[in-house]
Amino acid sequence: MNVMAFTNQSVFPPGEVVLQNKVEMKSAVKENPIIKIRDLNVETREGKILKNINLEIPKNQIVVLLGPSGCGKTTLLKSLNRLTDLHKELKVSGQILIDGQDIMKANNNLAAMRQKMGLLSQRPFPLPVSIYKNVAYGLKLKGIRSKKLISYNVETNLKRVGLWDEVKGRLKNPATSLSIGQQQRLCLARGLAVKPTIILADEPTSALDPISTKIIENLFKELKQHYTIILVTHVLRQALRLADHVVFMYYGEIIEQGHPEKILKNPKTNVLKKYLVDGN
Amino acid sequence: MNDKRKLTDIMVNIWMRGGLYILLSIPVLTGIGLYWKAAPLFHDHSFTDLVFSGKWFPMKGEFGFLPFIYSSIYVTVLSFIISAPLCLFAAVYLTQFGNQRLLNFTLPVIDILAGIPSVVYGVWGILVIVPVISDHVAPFFGANSSGYSLLSGGIVLAIMCIPYMLNMLIEVFHTIPVGMKEASLALGATRWEMVKHVVIRKGFPGIISAFGLGIAKAFGETIAVLMVVGNTLNISISPFEAGYPLPALIANNYGEMMSIPDYDSALMFAALLLFVVILLINLFFRYFIHKTEKI
Repeated sequence: MNVMAFTNQSVFPPGEVVLQNKVEMKSAVKENPIIKIRDLNVETREGKILKNINLEIPKNQIVVLLGPSGCGKTTLLKSLNRLTDLHKELKVSGQILIDGQDIMKANNNLAAMRQKMGLLSQRPFPLPVSIYKNVAYGLKLKGIRSKKLISYNVETNLKRVGLWDEVKGRLKNPATSLSIGQQQRLCLARGLAVKPTIILADEPTSALDPISTKIIENLFKELKQHYTIILVTHVLRQALRLADHVVFMYYGEIIEQGHPEKILKNPKTNVLKKYLVDGN
Repeated sequence: MNDKRKLTDIMVNIWMRGGLYILLSIPVLTGIGLYWKAAPLFHDHSFTDLVFSGKWFPMKGEFGFLPFIYSSIYVTVLSFIISAPLCLFAAVYLTQFGNQRLLNFTLPVIDILAGIPSVVYGVWGILVIVPVISDHVAPFFGANSSGYSLLSGGIVLAIMCIPYMLNMLIEVFHTIPVGMKEASLALGATRWEMVKHVVIRKGFPGIISAFGLGIAKAFGETIAVLMVVGNTLNISISPFEAGYPLPALIANNYGEMMSIPDYDSALMFAALLLFVVILLINLFFRYFIHKTEKI
């Protein structure tokens, strides 16, 4: 994670924004949220990155985390599978329940809990092995040893992301030999192979061309039938195209959340209004 | 004005190119010079005789370099065996497990270690390593040793190589993208699995580079090793026996006994051997890095 992601940089000058409307924190989803975040705080010596986040993420929907750079979207996303552990300077407190299990207290089964959440980063990060081994990696970590089963899973998941026909003849080639768009789909296939229930996507299309972006977006629309997708973006049109639920963040706080049509077309807070005007 | 700017451009270009060519010519000229000075030795001795014979009797005109080559390789391998795993694990811990404060404390210490003159390491070796080997280590293994041994040379060399290798390994591990590590953890890897499958794998060409640097440094190191290795012609498997590496041979004898025919050429041949071996080590590691980078 880029350290810059933790800074409180903003497109708005501090002080200009007046939080006139108190945010309605009613969750859009009442039924069976797959993730419950309670009083989540993330801080460094310099200050708080996330301030008292309370959020419920509905199952099988695309939830978009929206907000200006440095508002804490990526930190929130990476807190969900405790990738914040990699950054010793971060102090994380609160409760994050994944399917009822608190990941903050998971120590022995942290790896297993992380496998419930596939990760798609801003830039694709294929592992320094072949295309085949990239998809097989998570399966082997799960303890699957049968070559037949691994090969079947590799093929199935590459087909799911529409990459099989493009790579089937060169599975032993390094993953870095693929184009950026193909690498991003490979990373998605790699994540899907471990059978997660949640996909964490951190601006997954920001480094892609429009065609690859469309492929990924279409994949997300298909995948939401079976997965909960949490997508970080600051592309408003992408949020409108994909989101079932939008969470707008600013300076480490959730300012507004709700159905995209509702909150993006009729924002209640000045902050979001200004963001939408500047964003457009 | 335009002419002036153009002239400056040309001058700077010539200056930069000149500097580069001078730099590039140094190893070539060194190689040629050493060969030229060593050439008289080849009139009466074949290359294989020189390299594979163990008879070193300069007064009789017999120059067998095998004991020197053997000692050089022995202490280098020994120092590599000691320093490589230490450096690798220390670098992994500092960059992947330890906190920033520990790293900030360690880096200046490494720089200080790198800056200590080799003669100081030699003295330290005489005062600490040699007695420890003579009084404790060798008796523990049922051997007799004065302490001035291949093992002492290997240990001192290892300590000397550590700062260079460790510094480079830390740099290498810092270049591994955080996103790649996150990807591995997100797929269910433990910290150690992430290090094994991502950090070490991705950093492999850099690791090889660091090891190559360490080996080349160890092979060519002179003063410190000369002070603790015993400087005795010997081909022994035991690390408690004394040895006589090539750099020590040159440093101990150059300028002495020059009236002996071909002696000067023999020492130049020793220098040429060192030069070629270090060149070959570098070429080998470059080739290896090139191969592994493709993965």
